[in-house]
Amino acid sequence: MNRTARTVMFLVAGGGVAVLAVLAVLRMPAFGGSHHPYRDHAVRASVSHATSNVVASINFDQRGMDTLGEETILLASVVGVSVLLRPAEDESKSEHLGSGRVLDATRLGGYVLLPVTLVVGFDVVAQGHLTPGGGFQGGVVLGTGMHLLYVAGRYQALERLRPVSAFEWGEAFGAAAFACLGISSLLVTGAFLANVIPWGTFGGLLSAGTVPVLNGAVGVEVASGVMVLLAKFLEQAIFVRSGEGGTR
Amino acid sequence: MNIYAYLVAFWLIVAGSAGIVRSRNLIHSVVCLSVAQAGTYVLLLAVGFQSKASPPVFGSPPSKPSLSVTDPVVQAMTLTDVVVSATVTALLLAIAIQIHKRHGTVDPDELRALRG
Repeated sequence: MNRTARTVMFLVAGGGVAVLAVLAVLRMPAFGGSHHPYRDHAVRASVSHATSNVVASINFDQRGMDTLGEETILLASVVGVSVLLRPAEDESKSEHLGSGRVLDATRLGGYVLLPVTLVVGFDVVAQGHLTPGGGFQGGVVLGTGMHLLYVAGRYQALERLRPVSAFEWGEAFGAAAFACLGISSLLVTGAFLANVIPWGTFGGLLSAGTVPVLNGAVGVEVASGVMVLLAKFLEQAIFVRSGEGGTR
Repeated sequence: MNIYAYLVAFWLIVAGSAGIVRSRNLIHSVVCLSVAQAGTYVLLLAVGFQSKASPPVFGSPPSKPSLSVTDPVVQAMTLTDVVVSATVTALLLAIAIQIHKRHGTVDPDELRALRG
């Protein structure tokens, strides 16, 4: 299909969608209204389960099954990227590293912010059931925070600190831990991912039952997943040379 | 009339789709897909919004739970949406790299036939 035909087809279809969307919007409940039936049930369930972050309660307690699916998508995509980006037969891994120049200010910024970012990442994971945050958000902070070492100009330092195979195991471990917790609660209580440990007091660090544990498992998985993903892309950009000797 | 948030959401979805249709570069199409998905975040959050309500988080320091909060269910869905969007983007970019290696182009119009 050529570009003109495709554009005409899109204008017809997109225009139709736009008209339907406006018609739908005009008959939707008013923006900012107070009628949220799901909210009422979710907040009551969360409070009765001693979880002060209602979003975490929904993700890891009330709809934990969905989160298992979500992190399976993450696992699948990490595996997919690893498979797609492994060096092909006609490609070689160049060991030579060009020594680029890094501004001193960038280097200093990277080294100063690295520990700060890691602490923030752990905090976001650990307090995920109390404050905004959780395993997904904290995991991304941890995984990308480590790459400040790369920004600071030391790819070798990053490579030493980041054995990719360890993070591949971490990725699998996080996903497996989530599933195993679900299966063990199925055996104990008869319901998948139901809570098996005491709820604790509302608002305390030790509260919300299994939510912080699941947050930790997801944190490990996401941090490892981000590390593996970025490692594969960086390796592709820095090391892999195509067979024709070109440097894509 | 406060339907602008909904209109912005649908605008992002349609504009992102238009970008994919008109794209001459696979990386550009992946970014357009992210724009379209951003529309779904706006839509979900707009559905859950309530004027003068606080966020659905009562912890640290613990505050008294109330029902006058924005809808946490759609916020949890938005979180799922963001995670899926990020992972799908990574996968699509990896595919774009492979296509560039095999076909020497990232223009979707020049990709005529399937090759092994």
